Amino acid sequence: MPFSTLLNGLLRTVVAMAAAAGAAGSAHAEQGKLLLTGGVSSIDGAAGGGLTPWAVIGSYATQGQIGTTAHITAVNTQNYNLTTYGVAVGWNERVELSLAKQDFNAGDNLAPLGLTGLHLKQDILGVKVRLTGDAVLDSDTWMPQIALGIEHKSADAGQLGPTLFGVLGAKKTGTDVYLSATKLFLAQSFLVNGTLRATKANQNGLLGFGGAQGDGVKLQPEISIAYLLNKKLVVGAEYRAKPDNLNRSVLGVGALKEDDWFDVFVAWAPSKNLSLTLAYVDLGKIAPAVQPKRQTGTYLSAQLAF
Amino acid sequence: MKYPLKSVVLSIAALIHVSTWAQSTIAPPPVNDAVYQAFGQKAGIEALMEDFFVRLQADPRTGPFFKNANRTRLVFQLTEQLCHESGGPCTYKGAPMRGAHASMNIGKEDFNALVEVLQASMDSKGIPFTAQNAMLARLAPMHRDIITKN
Repeated sequence: MPFSTLLNGLLRTVVAMAAAAGAAGSAHAEQGKLLLTGGVSSIDGAAGGGLTPWAVIGSYATQGQIGTTAHITAVNTQNYNLTTYGVAVGWNERVELSLAKQDFNAGDNLAPLGLTGLHLKQDILGVKVRLTGDAVLDSDTWMPQIALGIEHKSADAGQLGPTLFGVLGAKKTGTDVYLSATKLFLAQSFLVNGTLRATKANQNGLLGFGGAQGDGVKLQPEISIAYLLNKKLVVGAEYRAKPDNLNRSVLGVGALKEDDWFDVFVAWAPSKNLSLTLAYVDLGKIAPAVQPKRQTGTYLSAQLAF
Repeated sequence: MKYPLKSVVLSIAALIHVSTWAQSTIAPPPVNDAVYQAFGQKAGIEALMEDFFVRLQADPRTGPFFKNANRTRLVFQLTEQLCHESGGPCTYKGAPMRGAHASMNIGKEDFNALVEVLQASMDSKGIPFTAQNAMLARLAPMHRDIITKN
């Protein structure tokens, strides 16, 4: 089944669930989680922080419930922008299914390669399973909530495709496998997440997977910290290490060097139906051979939950 | 890394080993009575519990569980319990959590609903957010004895 058909079907389901929830009134809404404890939507579609998946199961559904979220995110740096949108379903606080689409606008940065108005796109199917622990309620132990997840990614590099999947040796699809541990130190209002991701993805998958000079799966650490200012407001920071497989490509050493990602964020949830996240992101250099400027800018995301 | 699956399996094994230790670590009683003071001492906690009880009966999610509850007795027990948990000079002599809740078929959404009602109560009394979370951190582990559904 084509990805867009799957996504459209899921979007229709989300809308139907939203309508049903609205009609039934809030007393019947399956939103048993405490505010903000379902995380926000990461750019890959999984629940967590903005850049990295956490061990929390998405939506406000808790045990015995099923819930949905839909998100849209816009990232704008000096020379590029990225749009992501997707849906996720959380079931029984045990399993999370997510679908997301990414559209990276490279503009005319790759004009030296003869590529103007280039868009790099990717579809991501995510499955996450909570293995053990409760990030919020296990406040008397050091035990975190732990989840195992996969993100199956399929890249569409547009006009760059023949080069990327040709001489550069990247693959069109790849599957990230990750393990996340999340804990809210409730007495300190402080949350920590650590994620370990096994991946071949170049620039998260937007530049395909692996390369002619380096095809191995790399283990990349990702960390988020957050501080709860009040029930509805949280501030934090994230860091994501990146594999850098295309550093020594045929385009030259360092031409497609990849940097680690970093952000500081604030997330606001006025209700269990909406959260807004604003962040300052540093995506490092992206294709520095054609665009040497370090890419920093804003990240803005909205998530609806039903 | 050449064998990523092996790394992931080793990571999980390491985490389970660590988690066995982690689960055995129990939070010590409060080192001081800062939270007790922030809640207004015993009188403040009692006023809070009176307000809490009214809200519990009024909220459609928790109301059914507290419909036939004895207000005076429950407010007394809760006051003793929260006083003790916040570092105050009280002793909780009521029924253990497991026995007291065993027959109620309480699910996680019910437990979280009660937490939200308590938060609303604490907000109305102007208790600072950090003190609220310090108190909730003492109460949250009780979920293991209280939640019996699912």
